[in-house]
Amino acid sequence: MNEKSEKLIDKKGIRGDGRKADELRPLKLQVGVLSNADGSAYIEHGKNKILAAAFGPREMHPKHLAQPDRMVLRCRYHMAPFSVQERKSPAPSRREVELSKVIKEALEPALFLELYPRTGVDVFVEVLQADGGTRCAAITAAALAIADAGVPMRDLVVACAAGKVDDTVVLDLYDAEDKLGLADVPVAYMPSLNAVTLLQMDGILKPNEFEKALNMAMEGCKKIYEIQKEALKTKYMVVKEVDE
Amino acid sequence: MSSLVTKVRLKQIEQLIENGKRLDDRGLLDTREIKIEQGIIEKAEGSARVLLGKTEVLVGVKVETGEPFPDTPDDGVMTVNAELVPLASPNFEPGPPDENSIELARVVDRGIRESHAVDTEKLCIESGKKVFVVFVDVYVLNHDGNLIDASAIAAMAALMNTKMPNYEIKDGDLKIKQGYTPLPMKSHPITVTIGKINNHLIVDPWLEEEAVMDSRITFASNEAGNICAIQKGGNSYFTPQQILEASKIALDKAVELRKKLNW
Repeated sequence: MNEKSEKLIDKKGIRGDGRKADELRPLKLQVGVLSNADGSAYIEHGKNKILAAAFGPREMHPKHLAQPDRMVLRCRYHMAPFSVQERKSPAPSRREVELSKVIKEALEPALFLELYPRTGVDVFVEVLQADGGTRCAAITAAALAIADAGVPMRDLVVACAAGKVDDTVVLDLYDAEDKLGLADVPVAYMPSLNAVTLLQMDGILKPNEFEKALNMAMEGCKKIYEIQKEALKTKYMVVKEVDE
Repeated sequence: MSSLVTKVRLKQIEQLIENGKRLDDRGLLDTREIKIEQGIIEKAEGSARVLLGKTEVLVGVKVETGEPFPDTPDDGVMTVNAELVPLASPNFEPGPPDENSIELARVVDRGIRESHAVDTEKLCIESGKKVFVVFVDVYVLNHDGNLIDASAIAAMAALMNTKMPNYEIKDGDLKIKQGYTPLPMKSHPITVTIGKINNHLIVDPWLEEEAVMDSRITFASNEAGNICAIQKGGNSYFTPQQILEASKIALDKAVELRKKLNW
């Protein structure tokens, strides 16, 4: 995080990409985009382009990883080598290993693990293009992929970040704000249950700024939640029209 | 990272916590005793051993020279690595770092980096070409719960114990001179982890509590009482109210620890 950054927000409170402080980037969600996966989703969140696929519940491989009393959820977050400015090595980085873990822990609370003993669900996330906030967009898409696979869920999980840029708490940071801003707070949330399933932060925030960022991120999540539900319904509405 | 805790024990821990008590006689918001020993590895530029209850972590700091990152040509480099050594727990296996040790390293790293604890600008030798690289290696020697806090305290204690070699530049070459100066530091973050068991928040969960807890949340904070890193872990959730409550507890606890450690 660079303290000597140029101003990212102008005098009228408009951000580098033309948004207001509490405005989301344009969002597009599509469900059922891959025919081989049990469930899949595609998200375009600003310039982020991310595919998520879910397989299962199915037999675990290798078998010894299966749990006698519950389902095992596995996640792999991976960035394509061409998804960022400088080519990223396709080998999983430490960042990707950590994100895979926190994404798994963000999705697990939504699942009834105990209802599917000895099985596994695998979620694969491929970031095709990254522009800040990929872990959040990945969670939003992955939750849809799991739902599309027909796995019962307590609620959809939706994620969005808030942060601090210049002196302002803002919603949904894009790449430049993420790199030059003062703090980043990604949040994953289950709106119907009022439950936060992922929370991270880096940067420096006063306690009251943190509270504001957390609330702002949750408000952003609620807006994305509506688009998420709509995307899920849309897939099945199309199927109905074909049937007639 | 959980060990085998029988269902009976699990019930016992849950019931005690409902009544505001814990298996090891602590209050819900008490940390275990912390013991710090610095400079115990002579060959490392800095080192510290921390005992948090029975959890034991050794951190060694090595300082070498290397190239800066292209986007920060005037900054030295600091990296944190963590090893869950197999002798520390029956559940640790030899081999490349797994997701648990990578998460541990990255959370410790985030607390130090985001609070600007190490003054990396002063580690620049020649802009864009040569800088000091500070390797912080976290070695978990005994796992009895809350590795994050023990490792974060040990990493900071080791950095505070680190001595940089004196140097001069002669004809573009780096020459090490006699004597040492302390590693330049700007801040001293303190990390506090809170566990959630049945909607009760507990500070500094130990091994058996970790086995039954739903989730944990870690806050690193600096001298000014500002938050500089957060990490939620575990396969359950927090309500927004619980998060704000946990942040208050963690910040208060950090002030208390800061006084105790004299940081």
